[in-house]
Amino acid sequence: MNATMIQTSGLTRHFTVKKQTVKAVRGLDLQVEEGELVALLGPNGAGKSTTLRMLTTLIPPTSGTAAVAGYDVVVQQREVRRVIGYIGQGNGAAHSQRGRDELVSQGRAYGMSVRESRARAAELIASLDLAAVADRPVSSLSGGQKRRLDIAMGLIHAPRLLFLDEPSTGLDPQNRANLQEHILKLRAEHGTTIVLTTHYLDEADAMAERVIVIDHGTVIADDTPARLKAEHAGDLITLGFASASDAARAAARLDALAGAAVTAAGATVEVRVAGGSRLVPGIIRDLDAAGIAVESTAVNRPTLDDVFLNLTGRSLREGAVGNSGTDTVTAEEVAA
Amino acid sequence: MSGTTMITDTVTVFSRELRPVLRDPFSVVFSMIQPLVFLGLFAPLLPDVEGGSALQWFVPGIVVMSCLFSTSFTGSNLLFEIQTGAHERTLVTPLRRPALIVGRALKEIVPMIVQTAIIVAVCTPFGFDLHVGGVAAGVAILAVMAVGLGALSYTLALASKNTEWLFWTVQQTVLFPLLLLAGILLPVDDGPGWLRALSSANPLTYVVDAERALFNGEFPASTVLAAVVASVAVAVLGLAVGTRAMRRSS
Repeated sequence: MNATMIQTSGLTRHFTVKKQTVKAVRGLDLQVEEGELVALLGPNGAGKSTTLRMLTTLIPPTSGTAAVAGYDVVVQQREVRRVIGYIGQGNGAAHSQRGRDELVSQGRAYGMSVRESRARAAELIASLDLAAVADRPVSSLSGGQKRRLDIAMGLIHAPRLLFLDEPSTGLDPQNRANLQEHILKLRAEHGTTIVLTTHYLDEADAMAERVIVIDHGTVIADDTPARLKAEHAGDLITLGFASASDAARAAARLDALAGAAVTAAGATVEVRVAGGSRLVPGIIRDLDAAGIAVESTAVNRPTLDDVFLNLTGRSLREGAVGNSGTDTVTAEEVAA
Repeated sequence: MSGTTMITDTVTVFSRELRPVLRDPFSVVFSMIQPLVFLGLFAPLLPDVEGGSALQWFVPGIVVMSCLFSTSFTGSNLLFEIQTGAHERTLVTPLRRPALIVGRALKEIVPMIVQTAIIVAVCTPFGFDLHVGGVAAGVAILAVMAVGLGALSYTLALASKNTEWLFWTVQQTVLFPLLLLAGILLPVDDGPGWLRALSSANPLTYVVDAERALFNGEFPASTVLAAVVASVAVAVLGLAVGTRAMRRSS
């Protein structure tokens, strides 16, 4: 069964901050099919969370419409709430409660019987590795444990559609990897439709089959990570030379390369081009033949940050936390 | 998945709120510290009334004070849940908005009963003359008031979403005038006219008057009726503004 899970049309949300209108989301048109795993990627303040908050009925749109699982997010709030799971940026489980108690209450909120809720809570506690801490006050749990409990809270009613707002912010790399694993497993086992927001490039890259890049409240790109990179950014070949004059001569020759963007800085030349690793041997032979010795080479596959940079002229990494460094595939040192 | 109703939703919210209290019953006593201090250090200063201990007059007031303290503080629990994200999570569940406030407010009745029982149990050996029927009637009236005050405290918490200081400032500013004007610590009957006028505008005054009569085994119909009207009015107001605030909460 393949149905449209999310359909928005001209979705817009304005906020008034100190008498000034902030257009957080401007005319968003979005369609997500059942079973998709979609990442909304964009810098802080791009409108990702505001979009999520509208889709989860937390705030009404200023204008435009949104339907989730076929229900209107303004007129049919309860129906929408029944089918979705939401894991927000904060902790879903109250710090004064115990994890298991919160899971059972959460099940009751979705109309599950006490027995069903208890059974489901036990199941999630086991699968999210929370057995040791489920009966302790939530306030005493570590950040990673709290986050796993949040995930369990969002899954209690086995939602068909799961929203995650910045799921891994504040987690260490190991916990982030665990979390990503859980989310991917969930999808593999239950075919849950998943929409997550992130400003971690590697996370969007690693998990999502579809990345929707949002900036200033509008969609600026929407495709698979591979196609986005192929279309909006090539590989980056970095060549090192003995001197700046060698580099300048090399840059002049490389300018002839079809579809390449060449920049020289000091004794280094950077070439942005598709299929970089296959071109490198030829480039080295060609430069060698011209009497220019290449001292080192590196080929970096493009990242989603390169895509974002290409689309907006700005880097996503500014203001982002964590290690979203370049994704080096081949970085061989070639002696000339 | 079976359906939910306003009642099941209210029960869900009520039980969730009550659970930390059941897990840690001692927490009920924390908000009683001030009333107990007044009971221990202030009551002995009061002159005995004709025909009995000063406690006969003072205990019902302390019961109301204890209720006022714990219900006015209760919004801070919600405020904390707003800050940590738990409140947002409940807003995305299908729980009905009125149930989110009604269930929470109804829970206030439980600590109130426990606190009243503690106060009465502590005071009876010291000369407080216990009239069980009267105390039960007094608790019933106070239960309605507790729901109203609790709902108002939750409303204040929702209004203080982005400004935590607002909650504590308003709570602290309102608490003591309400307390003093209700004649809980000292009678207002001999006060100046303006103070008596303010006192008669305070719904708690009527509740305190009725509690004193009821705890003493008397049942003056008009006094009790005034207390019922005042409590119901506060409860209706609290639940109305609370539901409105909860519907707007995001």
